[in-house]
Amino acid sequence: MSETIKKFLYLNRKAPYGTIYAWESLEVVLIGAAFDQEVNLLFMDDGVYQLTKGQDPSGIGMKNFSPTYRTLGDYEVKNIFVDRDSLAARGLTQDDLLQIAWEDLDTDESVENIVTVVDAPRVSALMDAADVVFSF
Amino acid sequence: MKFALQINEGPYQHQASDTAYCFAKALLEQGHAIFRVFFYHDGVNNATRFTTPPQDDRHIVNRWAALAEQYELDLVVCVAAAQRRGVVDEGEATRHKKDATNIHPRFRISGLGQLVEAAIQADRLVVFGD
Repeated sequence: MSETIKKFLYLNRKAPYGTIYAWESLEVVLIGAAFDQEVNLLFMDDGVYQLTKGQDPSGIGMKNFSPTYRTLGDYEVKNIFVDRDSLAARGLTQDDLLQIAWEDLDTDESVENIVTVVDAPRVSALMDAADVVFSF
Repeated sequence: MKFALQINEGPYQHQASDTAYCFAKALLEQGHAIFRVFFYHDGVNNATRFTTPPQDDRHIVNRWAALAEQYELDLVVCVAAAQRRGVVDEGEATRHKKDATNIHPRFRISGLGQLVEAAIQADRLVVFGD
């Protein structure tokens, strides 16, 4: 759709339920896939809860949309980063997070899990390197 | 420089739309261009023409509309977010069989692709909200 390739960083900082930011952010990622940009996602603060396994919000009458994250590999998303300090502050580790696979159907290249836990300097570098930061 | 603005919060509840407006006005007065202003999340509520604040308060919706009129701004409301929150134009009213519309004529409803396009086309995307 566009010849310009920019580095997009979707910065997700809010819990998956309680407000609609997480879900509507995911909708932008899904729609944005049509634009063939370089897409990275970064989860920090309460945003790390968006990727946790075993979500069940049925008790509050909400739809569990976390399975959608597992399809992101099919939506041009190559890298998903999670801030280590945010996980640690909430007693979480990578074992608590979803695994998201990525596969290039043209080249058969595949990655088992594109979710990477990163330290603060890498978080800064990601923000610095991005052309566009969508902050949700 | 060419800017795109994204507004994620509703009017009056939150400062985001006010700050974005002041920022937009300052940009335009300094000769910068605004490719698009995109209203998302509760930000879609900035587009309803039924907004009626007390007379001694600022009119956030009309203020955006006037700025758009003066500088030919493209004010776009996300369709999915608008549907959830009952912001309706003629097309949406017909499609979903609603008995009225409430969008201000200076705004238009369109898809999230317009936000992504704006981010690509603009030199800077500035997001207003929490």
